[in-house]
Amino acid sequence: MPGAYNTIAFDAAQCDGCNACMTACAQVTAGSDDIAHSRIRIVADDTAFELAMCRQCGDPKCVDNCPAAALAKNETTGVIDWDESKCVDCLLCTVGCAYGGIVYNPLAGHVVKCDLCAGDPACVKACNGRALRYVTTSRIYNEVGQLEDLFVPGLAGCQGCNTELIMRHTLRRIGPDTVLATPPGCIPGMGSVGYNGLTGTKVPVFHPLLTNTASMLAGVKRHYKRLGREVHAVALAGDGGTSDVGFQSLSGAAERGEQILFICVDNEGYMNTGMQRSSCTPYGAWTSTTPVGERGHGKTQDAKNLPVLMMMHNCAYVATASTGFMEDLYAKLDQAIEASRHGFAYLHIYSPCTTGWRFPSQDNIEVARMAVETNFVLLWEFDPAAGLRLTRSVDEPLPLSRYLEAQGKYRHLSPEQIAHIEAGVAKQAAFIKRLAHEEAPARYSTAQ
Amino acid sequence: MQRTDYLIIGASHAALSALQTLRMHDAEGAVTMVTRDATLPYSPTVLPYVVSGRSSPERVFLRDDDYFRKQNVDFVRGAPVERVAAESNTVRLAGGRELAYAKLLVASGARPVIPPIPGLDRVRFHVLRTLDDALGLRDALAGARRAVVLGAGLVGMHAAENLAKAGADVTIVEMQQHVLPGYFDADAAAIIGEAFAAKGVRLHMGAQVVRVLPAAPGCQVVLDSGDWLDCDLLVVGVGVAPVTDFLAGSGVDTDRGVLVDDRMRSSVQNVWAAGDVAQARGFYDGAKTLNGILPDAVEQGRIAGMAMAGDPGLKPYPGGIPLNTYTFFGQQAVSVGVHGDGVAGAEVVRSVDVEHGRYLKIVLDRNRLLGIFGINVAFDPGVMWELILRRIDLTRVRERFLHAPQEAARVVMSQTWR
Repeated sequence: MPGAYNTIAFDAAQCDGCNACMTACAQVTAGSDDIAHSRIRIVADDTAFELAMCRQCGDPKCVDNCPAAALAKNETTGVIDWDESKCVDCLLCTVGCAYGGIVYNPLAGHVVKCDLCAGDPACVKACNGRALRYVTTSRIYNEVGQLEDLFVPGLAGCQGCNTELIMRHTLRRIGPDTVLATPPGCIPGMGSVGYNGLTGTKVPVFHPLLTNTASMLAGVKRHYKRLGREVHAVALAGDGGTSDVGFQSLSGAAERGEQILFICVDNEGYMNTGMQRSSCTPYGAWTSTTPVGERGHGKTQDAKNLPVLMMMHNCAYVATASTGFMEDLYAKLDQAIEASRHGFAYLHIYSPCTTGWRFPSQDNIEVARMAVETNFVLLWEFDPAAGLRLTRSVDEPLPLSRYLEAQGKYRHLSPEQIAHIEAGVAKQAAFIKRLAHEEAPARYSTAQ
Repeated sequence: MQRTDYLIIGASHAALSALQTLRMHDAEGAVTMVTRDATLPYSPTVLPYVVSGRSSPERVFLRDDDYFRKQNVDFVRGAPVERVAAESNTVRLAGGRELAYAKLLVASGARPVIPPIPGLDRVRFHVLRTLDDALGLRDALAGARRAVVLGAGLVGMHAAENLAKAGADVTIVEMQQHVLPGYFDADAAAIIGEAFAAKGVRLHMGAQVVRVLPAAPGCQVVLDSGDWLDCDLLVVGVGVAPVTDFLAGSGVDTDRGVLVDDRMRSSVQNVWAAGDVAQARGFYDGAKTLNGILPDAVEQGRIAGMAMAGDPGLKPYPGGIPLNTYTFFGQQAVSVGVHGDGVAGAEVVRSVDVEHGRYLKIVLDRNRLLGIFGINVAFDPGVMWELILRRIDLTRVRERFLHAPQEAARVVMSQTWR
């Protein structure tokens, strides 16, 4: 029995009331265009569109209320299955449902409810793509939940930091046959290299210099290869260690095609040592070395686009990912692990820093998501055969101001600085989309 | 003597719901469930459909043996409880077997009330509470030509409909002035009554039976008006009463049912009760009352199971709200809440369309929902139940709610507890 199931998610703010979902549902379930047949109901208020439909509850009261054993939670699909041959039309299930999810349909003459279209919901396909989503992250939960957590409990990250999530998830996925390098930065800082002679991992871990992570790892990998052992040589490094002082050895290892997986957790600076700027720190951002005051107004240079540089090394695999989109991250992690068996794989994970970016600790994932939805960062993957492909192309980005205003490190920005950032974001989006052979948006819109 | 951590008396909705929640919190503890029935668990609510033939009796069971095996539950069938000895934490089953428990749930349900009508004990009649009752009535249906149903509650009305559909000549006798008095007012009841009359069912409202006389092949029912009704099939459905006799002398306080607090605990520390047998706090006035309906049995069972297992996620019982659904001759009646009688300032908005058999009554108290009642009008009873329990202020959507309660309530639902 799986622990999690796929589900339909609804974002009321993105619904425009077009009713396409209801029409699609009526067509699939009743072969009719009459939305009275629809099992998903969009209900309108003066201000918003809202949703009534079956939530496929984990603890379904409709099932408990059924006197005829006609309803049951399907342990394989998670759907609440309705058995017409057992139903007695007593309607007690509708008393149990607080979501309007199982309803008597006079046209059908019995209760009807959503069955998720056997895992391919028609309503979601008919939607504009934003209001309704078919969330399949349960796959991650079910698969990864079975894997061993290879870090010790109690890593000491800052409150709200998502790096622990990145560390635990990636290493679980990569597995125990791993040698891990964690150069100076937040990742060893929160305890992965351990204390008092004990490591913070259940796999061999070492703490290279900032400068030699990739070259040490390449040597470790080659050594094991020579011994005839297949191990994953993995780096979990910060952006400073990757893009600044670590870049020479990284570039060399990539160019030589060393069979390692290098994961850069990009929090836009040297956050562990007191929030100094790195070459990945964006223009305008406050850091302790790009202060804001009478003369300083944050960083005066644009960030280096490190993943693009890595792509230009023609690595076996390069991708960008975000903890705001874990399914995407997992898909790329799988690709990267596979690619590292025969060449250099580089995964760049955008990782908002609660402490250094100055935002409330509960907002980490939301900030990560906004970075993608404003096109501040782009999610893509590259391999030499297929070239660059955007995995989450944002054609109508959210206003960049929402992303900037969410963080204290941009609080001081002047309109000119904001204009500079907006222009840079638009240019970067256009550049990546050209690489992906996608049409760039006509202009970068700041309108809602 | 067999010892068990949790002993559950009964195996219908309250008992099963309690089992489910207690197992979520305590996967290990020894659980024993005893039921007087010889069968797997079933719901009394499904029995009218067994009578009509719509449900085949072998397909109505709510759980199978495999479920009890997986839950590691000792399920003991055909074992009525004779006595609970709370001072020694033991239960004696019929046949003398004794069980010791750490915690006890009484979910023994209810049994039909047999009215003290002279002569009733000397004629053959049917009640409907067990699967055996249902099979007996189903078999009797075929040969019945003239039938009398005592009581116009849900059991009586379902029986009358089944008998009418089977071709019998049916008369319902009810002491109250209209059908389904617990759930609907006179206007709504009139619509329901009309549907029965249209099918040839006669309704004697406000009538009492003074005597029953044997009259082959059935009996003669004598009314207080002096009229009499000859029948070959008599159904008694005047109500049910909690099964508490085995608690006599146990120290568990009972009134009409087992008195429980908001965690379904009885007056005895390690004894809980839930479902039709429990007398728990009413939502509106706080008085302890019997709320013998299936959804409340599920709710009470859920709470009892969590309380027994010590689940810290337990939220106390919010109070019982009368509610029910009733389908008759393909039509739907739904009642949620109360009619506001005796509530100062209660506001009643009604729309009755007798011709189309449509009826809607909404009762508000300062724009908060007290009750909603409909016949052939669509609304979501589960959403309405929440609106009442949460005492949601409907001022902002008042007009829309009165005009289109289903849509308006769904918007409130989606905005409030999505």
